[in-house]
Amino acid sequence: MKRQNNILEYLDNIANVYPDKIAYANESIELSFKTVYDNARAIGSFLHEKGRYKEPVVVFMKKHPNTIVTFLGVVYGGCYYVPIDVEMPRHRIELIFQNLKPGAVICDDTTLDLINTFDYQGDVYAYDEMVKETVNQAALDNIRSKAIDTDPIYVVFTSGSTGRPKGVVACHRSVIDYIETLSDVLEISEDTVFGNQTPLYVDACLKEIFPTLKFGAKTYIIPKELFMFPIKLIEFLNKYKINTVCWVVPALTLISGLGALKDNVPEYLHTIAFGSEVFPIKQFNIWRKTLPEARFINLYGPTEATGMSCYYVVDREFDLDEAIPIGRPFNNTEILLLNDQDKPAEPGDQGEICIRGTSLTLGYYNDFERTNEAFVQNPLNPYYPELIYRTGDIGKLNDRGELIFVSRKDYQIKHMGHRIELGEIEMVMNQMEGIQSVCCIFDNDKKKIILYYVGDVSKIEVVNYCKNKLPRYMVPHLVEKIDTMPLTSNGKINRLALKEMYANR
Amino acid sequence: MEELLEILEELHPEVDFNTNKSLIDDKILDSFDIITLIADINDAYDVAIPAHEIIPENFNSAEALYGLIERLLDED
Repeated sequence: MKRQNNILEYLDNIANVYPDKIAYANESIELSFKTVYDNARAIGSFLHEKGRYKEPVVVFMKKHPNTIVTFLGVVYGGCYYVPIDVEMPRHRIELIFQNLKPGAVICDDTTLDLINTFDYQGDVYAYDEMVKETVNQAALDNIRSKAIDTDPIYVVFTSGSTGRPKGVVACHRSVIDYIETLSDVLEISEDTVFGNQTPLYVDACLKEIFPTLKFGAKTYIIPKELFMFPIKLIEFLNKYKINTVCWVVPALTLISGLGALKDNVPEYLHTIAFGSEVFPIKQFNIWRKTLPEARFINLYGPTEATGMSCYYVVDREFDLDEAIPIGRPFNNTEILLLNDQDKPAEPGDQGEICIRGTSLTLGYYNDFERTNEAFVQNPLNPYYPELIYRTGDIGKLNDRGELIFVSRKDYQIKHMGHRIELGEIEMVMNQMEGIQSVCCIFDNDKKKIILYYVGDVSKIEVVNYCKNKLPRYMVPHLVEKIDTMPLTSNGKINRLALKEMYANR
Repeated sequence: MEELLEILEELHPEVDFNTNKSLIDDKILDSFDIITLIADINDAYDVAIPAHEIIPENFNSAEALYGLIERLLDED
């Protein structure tokens, strides 16, 4: 069997097997594998024509099947794609540009004007122009022959505690490793019809994009607005016969929690993978009762280890106060639980979840300092270089030997499927004119972010500033003005005092 | 109606809920807001909004939303 070294081999193959089958679609457009292949190769040829090679290419397009084609096109061109989105606040995009210093940005008709409002001097290419380029077979062959499997294919940006987002760089090898093992766990086939929920600017969408190419499956991009209206969402799933979803937990609890499963059933759905947060058992049981034959799979993993690292296929009932395990690592991945002394935690004891294997990404783009903090020498191996990734998550093994997620080590929280550092919100808000001091706390029961501030500005001004500067999911649910910030004895903001203040309000 | 306006203003102090009639169409409310609203309305008015009423028409204005709450209260 020939060993796969390049993620594009999935597409090269499937475009021959199922040229006319639909690969990626939304409610208004359907792209066949042949179209995806042709357009992606045109984009690759265009980039070659412009002299772009082995460099980051920003993809600034709306959530659309063409955006996926563009990702693939950038890889055909021997470059790596960096997805950004209009949903991101300006400030974050500016920080990404500062870190990346890109020479090229690809836009669609919704972003062509917008990009000119940024302090960006590089080239701007329009998708519609790029796909008209004649495919340069010789150039694409040459690019491919020089490619190796540790070359990067994307950079996706995640939240950073200092407020500067971190660009996680992933290569062919870790993505192939992930797609092969994920596909086994999810039992993907040519009959799989995915309903994509996650944004295209995070690594979560790898779950749909690449298995679709590997098997000749199909992916529908679900309009974001439907995640407000549960019955319309179920109608969409049924209309397009969607049978497999990999969603964040809040998207699933939206449907069950609002009572939509009482009279409406997603009748084709047989595989439900979920992650990003703990699934409340009460909600989970509603799903399981509605779809008793379906496979439910809990996924866990950080972006830094390419998509997901652990899985658990639900095989038993859970009590309301139990947590669904994150189970076991994917094949070819090892999880180490390390205690405070960097020794393996005793069975049943808590430890930091650390990841070892091909699935590790290459690190953070243009940021050796923070890369070296998180990607470190395996402390259990003093003999030769071997990296592990320290997730900062605390886990333990249960009596059955299954891995359980316990909590975050620091102030990072998970909210609505997004990873948020409360420190990033504080960093942004501290920059506001008139603000003296801010502190964020998280109400874990109600899943609300609360911002306390001291300063000479009104609540409305603060809320408006939040909305301009922060991604939507980071905007605090409640903003409270206080006269003085409570401090601890060593002068740090006393978060516990704020939590008490919040509880007693 | 006062109580509903307070709930809405806590979510979006920058919006005039007396005049705005296109809260969904203009993408002012998003899925976070809808979930929060449904929970807060449940707390304040003791009504559960059933899934089939969670549609854009009922959330496009404070007036429409209040109409829904009154309708649900009448049905009890």
